[in-house]
Amino acid sequence: MRFYEFEAKRLLGKHAIPIPQSGIAHTAADAERLAAEIGCPVVVKAQVISPKALKAGAVKSAASPAQAKQAAEQLLQLDDGGRKPKGLLIEKRPAATKEYALGVTYDGIAKKPVIIASDMAGNVDEIADTHPDRVVRRHFSALFPFSDYLAKELVSALGLKGADLTRMTPIVARLAQLFLKYDLTQADIYSLARLEDGNFVALDCHMDMEVEGRRRQKAILDELGIAADDTRAPRLPTPFEVEAAKIDAEDPRGVAGPVAEFDGNIGLVIGAGGGSLTLTDAVRKHGGRPANYAALGGNPSVKKAQRLTKLILSKPGVKKIAVMSNVVSNTRADLVARGVIKGVTELGLDPKQTIAIFRVPGAWEADAAKILQKYGIEYCDRSVSISEAARRAVEKIGR
Amino acid sequence: MGVLVHKDFEFIVQGITGREALNFTRECLEYGSRIVGGVTPGRGGREVYGVPVYDTVREITAQRKVDGAVITVPLAFAPDAAFEAIDAGIKLLVIITEGIPRKDATAVVEYADLHGARVIGPNCLGLIVPDVCRFGSLGGPAVDCRKAFKPGIVGVMSRSGGMTTEICNALSAAGLGESTAISVGGDPVIGSTYADLMPLFEKDPDTKAIVIYSEPGGASEAELARWAKANKSRLPIVAFVAGRFMDEMPGMSFGHAGTVVEKKVDSPADKIRRMREVGISVAEEIGDIPRLVKERLNGAAPAGR
Repeated sequence: MRFYEFEAKRLLGKHAIPIPQSGIAHTAADAERLAAEIGCPVVVKAQVISPKALKAGAVKSAASPAQAKQAAEQLLQLDDGGRKPKGLLIEKRPAATKEYALGVTYDGIAKKPVIIASDMAGNVDEIADTHPDRVVRRHFSALFPFSDYLAKELVSALGLKGADLTRMTPIVARLAQLFLKYDLTQADIYSLARLEDGNFVALDCHMDMEVEGRRRQKAILDELGIAADDTRAPRLPTPFEVEAAKIDAEDPRGVAGPVAEFDGNIGLVIGAGGGSLTLTDAVRKHGGRPANYAALGGNPSVKKAQRLTKLILSKPGVKKIAVMSNVVSNTRADLVARGVIKGVTELGLDPKQTIAIFRVPGAWEADAAKILQKYGIEYCDRSVSISEAARRAVEKIGR
Repeated sequence: MGVLVHKDFEFIVQGITGREALNFTRECLEYGSRIVGGVTPGRGGREVYGVPVYDTVREITAQRKVDGAVITVPLAFAPDAAFEAIDAGIKLLVIITEGIPRKDATAVVEYADLHGARVIGPNCLGLIVPDVCRFGSLGGPAVDCRKAFKPGIVGVMSRSGGMTTEICNALSAAGLGESTAISVGGDPVIGSTYADLMPLFEKDPDTKAIVIYSEPGGASEAELARWAKANKSRLPIVAFVAGRFMDEMPGMSFGHAGTVVEKKVDSPADKIRRMREVGISVAEEIGDIPRLVKERLNGAAPAGR
């Protein structure tokens, strides 16, 4: 879950990491007034979270309040994945003698959190790619409390000495500590500026909280005013995704989702997890164009399969569906068969015409085969590969 | 032979009275696995399919050896259950529980390392040495499990539990079979990566080839490529990378928690390139995997380089 930068800055400030003087503007007039109060130069940062909006350039610098107003007028128009920017962060831009970058994340190979630091500004991952000699790394424990010497060693390895070393060390240590405290998966300071007076200040930053950690982070989320249903997805959820989440939440048996929408004509009711990835690839490989998919797993109830089938068929242009899965272990094939047939008939459609193919081998497959045979639906057992099932689906439904 | 488990392997199930745990406990027993106890706090003294249930792990380890533990307790209790098993001296943990925050998963894996224990998962289905021992919930009912998994020569490692069964089914149908199949887990931080497990397969005389199933997200395929290059393994490796469509959808998460393209190394295209560079064969579809394994066993150079 991505934080807006003004929220990430509040977390830094709360943990005594110096941040520049700033304010939040919601109109161009606000921006002009704040720029005058703070004192120019300032940067005007649209508060956006979609990768597209961030790439489009959500930050402008302003040398005067009038310029800040002008920048604000433009930035407030940004499309943030279907959302408006959540205001503008107007921030003092002090003169820096030198900029550094810090990033804390998990290293899945070392299986530990890691701090990466660079004596260049930017995203430490990208710096590590382009200038591997300009980054230093230090792993730390998620099991034991963070020891400040780790930060000191890292800062020393970066080449800092004297007051620079003693001033940057606590910033690094606090960033690592708040990373763990708030279940973050990413805590980046893209620009940690050394000012003329020798102090450091965090100019640009970015943080992500792990979705799985949100429940126990309720206190800080409340403090930041982030609602439980604010998912911070790269774009606003579509009505299709909202409905799928509702179906999943209303019935605890099995897992529905995730769902995905594309621009083709083939409706897919497919196995969850790796199965959905493999099957979507297979359909595309055979020239098919998926319209959408709903992933189904963990032994869903008849009702869940039925509702998801109706959801898939609700998209205009989707006349036929393919029901396919990897060989299932726990999901009962017969329950899936009953669910999809029920969903189709409830829409007044003919199961034989609508369900192009059914390939869900595994638990209770013999019962599933019997049900499907009754309706004249093509049933594939495990001898038909995922790829072959996808090929037949594309052939029947059309490209 | 196979890796990690053997015919006398004895394990316990933590959270044995849960709905899914009841199912796979019965399935494992029917498959012939030796489950010597279960743990659910407050349910000590009961039995589950003849398996005695205890309140604590130590009540079991105090009276007998225990080789492994399957952890399938609710999310909030999973890290604690893992610490309990490790402290009781159990050396191999399969953590099935899904949705454990990275901080906790990392802490559990570090604690296991400090105690010489190994973690498979979290968010996995466990592992199986066909006809010898099933340790976890791979393959479903014993009758279905026997259809998909057959004793053989391929070591399988997969980030998806469901696709482990699919791939093994294809390998079994082609007459190759599996030495051991391991569902390693779909989370961003897992206890044992492909490269962590390769040395075990390397030492196993039954294993003649490796098949991995991979997905977008994470650097474990890059790590495997580095391992394969540095260690000049005797084992040919065939990989399948799912989710190629995700290359066009950065930032979106599908499938498993760890499945998201945020960095270059996360993308299927980057993974395929890195693996092909070191001589790992990359299958275009699941159905091609058995043929590629056979070709590599017959000494063919990896295609597509």
